[in-house]
Amino acid sequence: MRLGRGAATTYPGSLVYSNAILIEGSNMAECHPVAFRWVMQAKLNGAKVMHADPRFTRTTAVADLHAPIRAGSDIAFLGGIINHVINSERWNTEPFFKEYVTTYTNAATIINPDFRDTEDEEPGKPRGVFSGLGPYKEPPWGLNGFLGQYNPKSWQYDRSPVGEAGRSAATAQSGEQGVQSGQPGGENIPTPPGPPYDPLVKALVPGQPPREDLTLQDPRCVFQIMKRHFARYTPEMVSEITGCPPEKIVEVAETLLNNSGPDKTSAICYAVGWTQHTYGPQMIGTAATLQLLLGNMGRPGGGIVALRGHATIQGSTDVPTLYHSIHGYMAAPTVLKEHNTVEEYLKAETVPTGYWGNMPKFFISYLKSMYGDAATKENDWGFAWHPRISGDHSHMPMMIAMEEGRVKGMMAIGQNPGVGGQNGRYQRTALHKLDWLVVKDNFETETAAFWYKAPEVVDGTTRPEDIQTEVFFFPSAQVGEMEGTFTNTQRLIKFHHKAADPPGDARSDLWFTYHLGKRLKKLYEGSTEPRDQGFLNLTWDFDPAPEEVANWQIKDEPSALKVIREINGYVTGKSDEHLPGFAALKDDGSTTCASWIYSGIYPKPGIENLRAASRVPDPAGGGAANLGWGFAWPANRRILYNRASAKPDGTPWSEAKKWVYWDSNKINDATGKPGVWTGADVPDFALGKAPDAKGQQGAIGLDALSGTDAYIMKADGKGWLFTPTGLVDGPLPTHYEPMESPVRNVLYPDQQNSPVLKAWKVEGNPAAPAEDPDYPYVLTTYRLTEHHLSGVMSRWLPWLAELQPELFVEMSPELAGEKGIGNTDLVNISTPRGTITAKALVTRRMQPMQVAGKTIHHVGLPWHWGYQGLVTGAVTNDLALMVGDPNVSIHEGKAFVCNVEKA
Amino acid sequence: MAIPAQATPIATPAAQPESTAFTSGEPMTPPGAYPPEPMGFFTDTTICIGCKACEVACKNWNGLQAETFILSGDSYDNTRHLNGVNWRHVKFIEQFPESREGGRWLLMSDVCKHCVHAGCLEVCPTGAIIRTEYDTVVIQADVCNGCRACIGACPFGVIEINPLSKTAMKCTLCYDRLQSGLPPACAKACPTESIKFGTIADLHATANNRVQQLNAQAKAEGRPEDAYLYGADESMLGGLNAFFLLVDRPETYGLPAEAKLPSRNLPAASALGIGGALGMAALGAATFRKRRMDAFAAEARGEGEVEGETLRSGGDASLRGEEEDER
Amino acid sequence: MDTALLSRRRLLGRGLAGTALAAMTALGIDLRPAQARAWALRIAEAKQYASVCPYCAVGCDTLIYVKDGAIVDIEGDPNSPINQGTLCPKGAAIYQLHVNPNRMTQVLYRKPGATSWEVIGLDEAMDMVADRVKKTRDETFQETYETTDANGKPVQKVLMSTTAIFSLGGATIDNEWNHLQQKLLRGLGIVPIENQARI
Repeated sequence: MRLGRGAATTYPGSLVYSNAILIEGSNMAECHPVAFRWVMQAKLNGAKVMHADPRFTRTTAVADLHAPIRAGSDIAFLGGIINHVINSERWNTEPFFKEYVTTYTNAATIINPDFRDTEDEEPGKPRGVFSGLGPYKEPPWGLNGFLGQYNPKSWQYDRSPVGEAGRSAATAQSGEQGVQSGQPGGENIPTPPGPPYDPLVKALVPGQPPREDLTLQDPRCVFQIMKRHFARYTPEMVSEITGCPPEKIVEVAETLLNNSGPDKTSAICYAVGWTQHTYGPQMIGTAATLQLLLGNMGRPGGGIVALRGHATIQGSTDVPTLYHSIHGYMAAPTVLKEHNTVEEYLKAETVPTGYWGNMPKFFISYLKSMYGDAATKENDWGFAWHPRISGDHSHMPMMIAMEEGRVKGMMAIGQNPGVGGQNGRYQRTALHKLDWLVVKDNFETETAAFWYKAPEVVDGTTRPEDIQTEVFFFPSAQVGEMEGTFTNTQRLIKFHHKAADPPGDARSDLWFTYHLGKRLKKLYEGSTEPRDQGFLNLTWDFDPAPEEVANWQIKDEPSALKVIREINGYVTGKSDEHLPGFAALKDDGSTTCASWIYSGIYPKPGIENLRAASRVPDPAGGGAANLGWGFAWPANRRILYNRASAKPDGTPWSEAKKWVYWDSNKINDATGKPGVWTGADVPDFALGKAPDAKGQQGAIGLDALSGTDAYIMKADGKGWLFTPTGLVDGPLPTHYEPMESPVRNVLYPDQQNSPVLKAWKVEGNPAAPAEDPDYPYVLTTYRLTEHHLSGVMSRWLPWLAELQPELFVEMSPELAGEKGIGNTDLVNISTPRGTITAKALVTRRMQPMQVAGKTIHHVGLPWHWGYQGLVTGAVTNDLALMVGDPNVSIHEGKAFVCNVEKA
Repeated sequence: MAIPAQATPIATPAAQPESTAFTSGEPMTPPGAYPPEPMGFFTDTTICIGCKACEVACKNWNGLQAETFILSGDSYDNTRHLNGVNWRHVKFIEQFPESREGGRWLLMSDVCKHCVHAGCLEVCPTGAIIRTEYDTVVIQADVCNGCRACIGACPFGVIEINPLSKTAMKCTLCYDRLQSGLPPACAKACPTESIKFGTIADLHATANNRVQQLNAQAKAEGRPEDAYLYGADESMLGGLNAFFLLVDRPETYGLPAEAKLPSRNLPAASALGIGGALGMAALGAATFRKRRMDAFAAEARGEGEVEGETLRSGGDASLRGEEEDER
Repeated sequence: MDTALLSRRRLLGRGLAGTALAAMTALGIDLRPAQARAWALRIAEAKQYASVCPYCAVGCDTLIYVKDGAIVDIEGDPNSPINQGTLCPKGAAIYQLHVNPNRMTQVLYRKPGATSWEVIGLDEAMDMVADRVKKTRDETFQETYETTDANGKPVQKVLMSTTAIFSLGGATIDNEWNHLQQKLLRGLGIVPIENQARI
């Protein structure tokens, strides 16, 4: 949300170019061992590897420095580094930093005079909250769960508010809170209808550009606001919050500082250790802020590596099986905003300047992919058929709705909420309320077996006879038994070939959904109900060509290539005329394209032209861009915002870190004129836009941006140190305590938690109050190298099951001693949600910390076990609390509280 | 009037590399055997992340079963030891003072050492254990009768009976793969290249550089210069073809400080204490290895005798002596 | 082990000619010549297919080896710039994810209140699920949403959806499935579509 795209800015291979690497919120060596290959290669080249984590893990074992920090205190830790950096001698004397920051970030932008920071105190606004806080009014859906809400008007740029679009997992963007996307006030601006929609977009352009102070001295400029905001994050304060010794905080800051600059870059790697909090996006934002300040974004060996845990978790966000988002990070149409017509939707959602100014093309092409020929200009592209959302329909609120009897049917496909769901017992019990449940997986999962093997059934709380849910279990094909693509953590889309038929009645998930759709089409055939017309017009032809299934026994396997064609896009009516990329999209219905960001992956028919299947390695090795290996969205760019890898004048910052740069002599193929961006990567910039080009006031799209506006997805082309819109919990990251914490908020004693987090206060989901003496220990959950998530893909495999055969609970000898617990003793771990039993692993890798004047112990639990599989164990998530981040509805699995007793 | 959305198109790559020919579905052709010369593993424990990919890759390639499903309580080690089904084993050694200051978690992937002087081979009564053209030591499952002699003879506790085959088993250094020019499964899989595979000559050079690098860094940072190679030189059983970079005493890793040769005919103590040392000093371990491999190379060039399908040494007088005796 | 022994080693004698050498041997020092046995490569001539690891999002490239229609081995692709042939323990175990006696190969069905599974046919099960989806959708579908505008005046908005069916997908499933699943459900007006990414 600070940079423009919901994805890793770089690729793990680029870490070989790093001079220092900070791993935080990630146990990279254990959870992403092969990405960690590049960290080790960097280390062999002399890079410093640092690990900030509550535990001493296999990542720490090979790091140069361990900063032990309390779970959930990362914003304080990174804030301390930011404070150290901007007050350091190097940052204030090496001209690189200020040049990068004033050119490529919004540091110079002046903010609305009404803005008040968390540090400011005045009548009606206590310390610890930003200006604009008020109560939250629930829509009828009733499960949005916010404690409060901000009116973000005062956070805006002075004179000229900017909009924001394209957030990766932002539920709040879909109308749950005030306008969080599109141009502020866009809904009320008179616009001409379309198509063409460019006049509509143009009508949204603000009358004047935001004000700036390039000297960064104005007290209302972003830089000064940020400086004041973090001023109290001194090493001593941060140490008191995090438990990390002050000298370690300084050492990390100095190491990053000394390894950033024109000829050096540092990288930050994170994973779900940063997302699973009630302020997760703000944690990531703190890292983005730091990387912008250090000039590490858009450069080789720099950036932020988001380490995702599933083969195509990036893909399932891009191609969104997420309620709040339609293809390519467009907001799902919602009744909570004015989305009745295409015109209204575009007015509400379009950010007129920056690349998002093209959104009408993306949106109309998407509607064409849904309804085909039936989507016409005359019927508003069939938009009236498209469903609207009406609140937070994400995982946790849906399980609560299920418990309330509002959900009748469920499909759990390749997903195992019986183990993976927060407050697992609550979620499994909610399944009892369903009329029907479909589970599809390779093995019989805990979710499939909830009605006869779950602890609440085995312990007699309920009997199978009393569970009226009808359950279907469909066996799945495995990756080698089907064709398809995965999008990995670096946005790289790769095709996998079918090598064998699946056994018996096992089928691909694609087969299941396609044939379910075909059956439903038949069932609805001939209906004249208005509600059924959209479905009847839904295009649904993915039958394979004979040659695609010639070698296989399953002849009705749908064609993955046909699906990819629809994702890539083609000229309407000419399905063999594939689109070369998203620049070819039109807003008049003449192009059909499900996912604009993936456009270009399949520019011509035939698998030989499928760029996801291309496997041409770069001779220079894994650190190189490897543009011939798979296809990275967007447009095969490997490092995002790589315009910033060159100086404002277009020349490389240094020979050592040369990546993308302006070549004034080279001919731009598109125009035939000299002057083009070029280099090792695909430039993430308008190819022919010279470094000294001015942005055109009043223009839309990229024309509004200048030759130095490297962050092309942002309305102002800048990396955002301060987010005037797009986040519901504040424009700057602030330290709050987790929902459950054994200590008071040292920084803001009167504001313990995020004032806007999502708390679902329902029976069966109780939370412990702050400093609850019954639950004095911090519980953190995590994964191990040897297993995968809920264990479906690992606990049934003997080779993996033997490596970590049983659930264990890690604790320090100090805590174990206090509790009379010996190594491998059975231990009961309890939270207000329940109690589970695990064997103790007593280890000095866990250490007591001094926090807020108290000794704080961590208790660590991996969460891979359940009651199915070759090796079984208690469900760790039975302990977890359903509480959510206000921006993205992700739970807080990394920091809550518990008690432990010898069993 | 229509307004152009953008004067300049968003950047698209000027030229894309050519796609490789689509090869899925085509038969795999092995690259061809590695040339016969001493090959082995150099395991750099300082970049081991304890992921156990080596253990699984080994089991996958060699078709070995999982054995035990019990939490050991000994750090993250649950496979416990090398044996007939664990041909690779990762050790986890936690070294933390109460203050945690300077704490370490030593991780090390252990394996058969493929000793230049291999006790197992020497004691094997059936001839199931051979010295290969790569100077590695391999047990032939179909010759082994499970007598367990080799198990006691191994100074490292590497060998055990495989419960399925009932024969003695251990790492073959993926002999089948080497003969087709593929690296051993564990070394191929190792994400950080902690396990390096190559010719002994190359591995020695790499390992020595790494020791120097680590100790130079340690010196610069005022830490103890504790990196050294275990088993790389001749003093240990003539040299180990699988040797290690360690940062603590061998015993810390469960390795013997001085590996003892087996003794069939003499008391163990005298065997190693006097005779072994004298023997090695007299002949020089490298000489053994070199002689063996020279002989093999000569054979391969057609200079030696070929008996049946078994390639054997020729050329070297002392070794021919053995052969003649054999006849 | 799938290795073929082409020649069987002759038993070697133990005596040695030279005394020094005899002593060495007695000490366990191996003086025997190197020998080669031709061991067959079990994947030689197997069909190979390019694939990708289905576990984490690093996206390691793999090669699948197939003989007589059956997967016999899965390894890292040495040409890949992502993993350069390497894998983690999970990646190294992908073969066992495919070839595993614990895998389910039949559709299981549990009637309401039943205490055990029964096996049913794939076609029958698909028909039943289609029937359930239609029934639940038709019973719960809402075409409009009643609310008020800024002035408190009642207004009707387009809703065209139901929240009574919840689709929860994993994130190790192909992009193509994600596309069809969200398209089918949005096409039907079923909006609670979620996946592992939220976790």
